[in-house]
Amino acid sequence: MKLLLVDDSATMRRIQRTQLNSLGIQDILEAGDGLDGYHVLSENMPVDLVLLDWNMPVMDGLTLLRKLRADARFASVKIIMCTSESEKSRVIDALKAGASNYLVKPFSPEALKEKLGL
Amino acid sequence: MDVAYINPFIVSTVHTFKTMLSEDVTVGKPAVKALPFPTYDVSGIIGLSGDAQGSITMSFPKLTALKVVSKMMGMSIKVIGPELTDGIGEIANIVAGNAKQHLSNCNLSISLPNVVVGRSHVISAPSGSASIVVPFQSSLGDFAVEVTLKTK
Repeated sequence: MKLLLVDDSATMRRIQRTQLNSLGIQDILEAGDGLDGYHVLSENMPVDLVLLDWNMPVMDGLTLLRKLRADARFASVKIIMCTSESEKSRVIDALKAGASNYLVKPFSPEALKEKLGL
Repeated sequence: MDVAYINPFIVSTVHTFKTMLSEDVTVGKPAVKALPFPTYDVSGIIGLSGDAQGSITMSFPKLTALKVVSKMMGMSIKVIGPELTDGIGEIANIVAGNAKQHLSNCNLSISLPNVVVGRSHVISAPSGSASIVVPFQSSLGDFAVEVTLKTK
């Protein structure tokens, strides 16, 4: 599985990378904001899955999600929104925009494993 | 300030430390902040806007901050630098984001985190705001969560 982490926090990316490694996932790309994520994804397709933070500078996660879902090149990419905000309205917005799933920070390795369908 | 505004941040702090750090924290007695009130050495600040305006600040002594971020990242952080400030900012972001779900009647938005470093720095609040400080204890050291809100 090839996976892209998009999060403005290097700490969070490191934590997620460690958790993913423990689940046997080694092919991991990283980006620090939505725009960076768009470029990294464009240059590295095929990518199977994106773990996407919501609140980021330059381009937020919801904007990137909508941009990816409007582009046929990324139709096969599974996108999991990964954010600290868990209100129902936020989850609905993300799912309506085409998110495959929603993961609330802080999360355990078990929760990540479940959302990845492993 | 209504205690209903404080409890979500306490619950969220306890949950975040338990989930991310496997740390059981003890909640001290909340107190109204008398300005100017010096904080600890490293503070992660998240702005709150919407039906209420203000901020949540998570403030740590330097040694506690280093221990917290080291444990969170699974690596030893020995100096105040980008890893430390990024980690403290992320904790504040997660605590604020989680607390929001219990304040859904306020229609709050949260800012990106800012982190201030400096011994006994003072964070001021707009006039008319009420600030409440909640002390916490953990095996990594003491820290404080400060909630400042001005409701409409």
